[in-house]
Amino acid sequence: MSSKLMAVLTGIMVLVFYSGAAVSSKYNFPEPQSTIAQQIYDQHIMALWICLAIFVAVFGVMGYSMLKHRKSVGHKAANFHHSTMVEVIWTTIPVLILIGMAWPATKTVIAMKDTSESDITIKATGYQWMWGYDYLQGEGEGISFYSQLATTQDEIRNQAPKGENYLLEVDNRVVVPVGKKIRILMTANDVLHAWWVPALGVKQDAIPGFIRDSWFTADNPGVYRGQCAELCGKEHGFMPIVVEVVEQEKYSQWVAEKQKASAAIVNTALAETAEDQPSKN
Amino acid sequence: MAVIQDVHGHSHDHPTGIMRWITTTNHKDIGTLYLCFSLTMLFVGGFLAMGIRAELFMPGIQILEPELFNSFTTLHGLIMVFGAIMPAFVGFANWQVPMMIGAPDMAFARMNNWSFWLLPVAGLLLITSFFVPGGAAAGGWTFYPPLSTQGGLGVDMMIFAIHILGASSIMGAINIITTILNMRAPGMTLMKMPMFIWTWLITAYLLVLVMPVLAGTVTMLLTDRHFGTSFFNAAGGGDPVLFQHIFWFFGHPEVYIMILPAFGIVSEIIPTFSRKPLFGYSSMVYATASIAILSCIVWAHHMFTAGMPAVGQLFFMYATMLIAVPTGVKVFNWTATMWRGAMTFEVPMLFSIGFIFLFVIGGFSGVVCAIVPIDIQVQDTYYVIAHFHYVLVSGALFALFAGAYYWLPKWTGRMYDEKLGQWHFWLSMIFFNVTFFVQHFLGLAGMPRRIPDYALQFADFNMISSIGAFGFGLSQLLFVYIIVKCVRSGEKAADNPWEGSTTLEWTHLPSPAPYHSFETPPVIK
Repeated sequence: MSSKLMAVLTGIMVLVFYSGAAVSSKYNFPEPQSTIAQQIYDQHIMALWICLAIFVAVFGVMGYSMLKHRKSVGHKAANFHHSTMVEVIWTTIPVLILIGMAWPATKTVIAMKDTSESDITIKATGYQWMWGYDYLQGEGEGISFYSQLATTQDEIRNQAPKGENYLLEVDNRVVVPVGKKIRILMTANDVLHAWWVPALGVKQDAIPGFIRDSWFTADNPGVYRGQCAELCGKEHGFMPIVVEVVEQEKYSQWVAEKQKASAAIVNTALAETAEDQPSKN
Repeated sequence: MAVIQDVHGHSHDHPTGIMRWITTTNHKDIGTLYLCFSLTMLFVGGFLAMGIRAELFMPGIQILEPELFNSFTTLHGLIMVFGAIMPAFVGFANWQVPMMIGAPDMAFARMNNWSFWLLPVAGLLLITSFFVPGGAAAGGWTFYPPLSTQGGLGVDMMIFAIHILGASSIMGAINIITTILNMRAPGMTLMKMPMFIWTWLITAYLLVLVMPVLAGTVTMLLTDRHFGTSFFNAAGGGDPVLFQHIFWFFGHPEVYIMILPAFGIVSEIIPTFSRKPLFGYSSMVYATASIAILSCIVWAHHMFTAGMPAVGQLFFMYATMLIAVPTGVKVFNWTATMWRGAMTFEVPMLFSIGFIFLFVIGGFSGVVCAIVPIDIQVQDTYYVIAHFHYVLVSGALFALFAGAYYWLPKWTGRMYDEKLGQWHFWLSMIFFNVTFFVQHFLGLAGMPRRIPDYALQFADFNMISSIGAFGFGLSQLLFVYIIVKCVRSGEKAADNPWEGSTTLEWTHLPSPAPYHSFETPPVIK
């Protein structure tokens, strides 16, 4: 391999990484929609560049050696085999690079853990195989619903053409207002699940018997999709998460509708139980 | 001494046919058994991988129902880790340790036989679990409860198989430690041992340390399933996350159990074909030891999304990132070994260079995964799948191929077909990358692992990956053909067919090596 060819190959790789960063979604993380997701995105790009630089340096040296120091071109083997100075250098430099990578990550970790002072708290419960949501605190308190896969069996069984959001659509979306700090409590009813929305930078295992939490503040209105990320049995691939971020007024409207609907259900139920079994609530 | 001589004299009229293999206490016979077993398991696990990739070839459910798909991924992982990679390295240790330290055989010959013959039993348990009611275990190779408390008989067979495999590994490790520490030729001090011996010594200590932990946790799982305990059941006062801590306390050192001997093999091959001594021998030894020690304090980086305090996440992130340092030292030392050598590129060298090249990519994605915020995104996605296949397939497996080509002339007394071997290397190299490189993109774009069906935006990369996987699987049939051809009709190999090799098996023993390697120990200056 000539050094020209090497240069071309390196150029192509740089281009691939760069376009990967630019095109987004298909080669890279989805476009970040929260501060945390943005930090993750940036740290990943930085890590990629650092890795690429080290890769080019190490394999540049190795490639040069493989070209020039081969027996077939008559190179005679040297006999050196030790240098403490060199060992110290190539131990120290990686340590410094790693500190440089760990610093911003540390700040993000601390920020990720700060679930205090949220505007709205929602509990997400993993079931085999769907999600349940309870709005616990803030505007919309008391709203409660299940969220199941909306893709039909026909689509999965190749009996019908697959829709645009194949496997990523649910019957009831989680609706939240834009720009508000949303705290999500995760738990599970049966086995481990994990609540994951890539664009919002949230992934947290849902553990039966325990409650974990995480948070996000969505920057822009939109529909953000994710999937269960912890193996939970046969339908593990079929319990997506869909978060719909809306403007404040639209959110209030949604809350009003939901509360009216659930009030209607409660009223009907109350009426029925009053008629049938007065003693049983 | 006379008594020992006598025993050796008797064992020469060993039984022939099948009884030779069942009753053998010879390290070479047992090494061969280990290697044949692991190659068989490689194809069983490979078959499961082909099933997985066939189902994922297109969106929608075509071939495997979701539950069976989960069994395929679970058993693929278990069989490859415990059936293919680990026994293959023990096979290498059996063949090479006595020859490289100037000993006649392993220290505990009968235990050696027993530790091998446990394996087929465990292998059969795993394979036949597909045919019991309820099917094979489907909770992933990490079998996290409470999901793994749900399964049927297949899960119990898996637990039993893991117990047996663990017992076998512990016996193998004790044997290797004892052999290395007690049976070295006079003059071979610890710091004169070949790197392969050093890496296996350290690996064996890791095995003795962590396999009992695995045995403990599967026992707790078993009692949770059948005897009413609640170690991992929150409703009974237990904690599902406890399982993950114990499992990964075994599981992370396990990763290094599968890669340290690979480092050892590559550290033998690179100097040989560079015709130059290994650069920085002592720092290589220290780096191996540091990796082993660090590997015991990083387990929770597999659990960043399980939820732990910020301090916990930060500790495990820093410790994990630190492993990159001794690993980097190793790569730099290999590069410095090649620097100003007189290299030739026979198949063992090709696989070793391929190993370094791809293992470094796996190492980089490892550092990326170590950074907690990024790991929150890529945890349990195809990015992680790509990462650990880069370190386990193009890492451990490529090093095993390299070692097999390197030592086949000593084992069989015959040369392998160089041209076919190069074909095997290039086909493996290309198809491996076609299969796994695109999985990085899949993971970043958000495809979770362990799903039988996926959203449409993942379709094209999955198809590419599947095509690569079929190619990679088929290429390995060539490896079997090359070995058969070598054993049957390869050219006669010289005692030292490689110009640059300096270890005892090449300098002091004929090819093929005699049944008892060294009846009188060589003297090392």
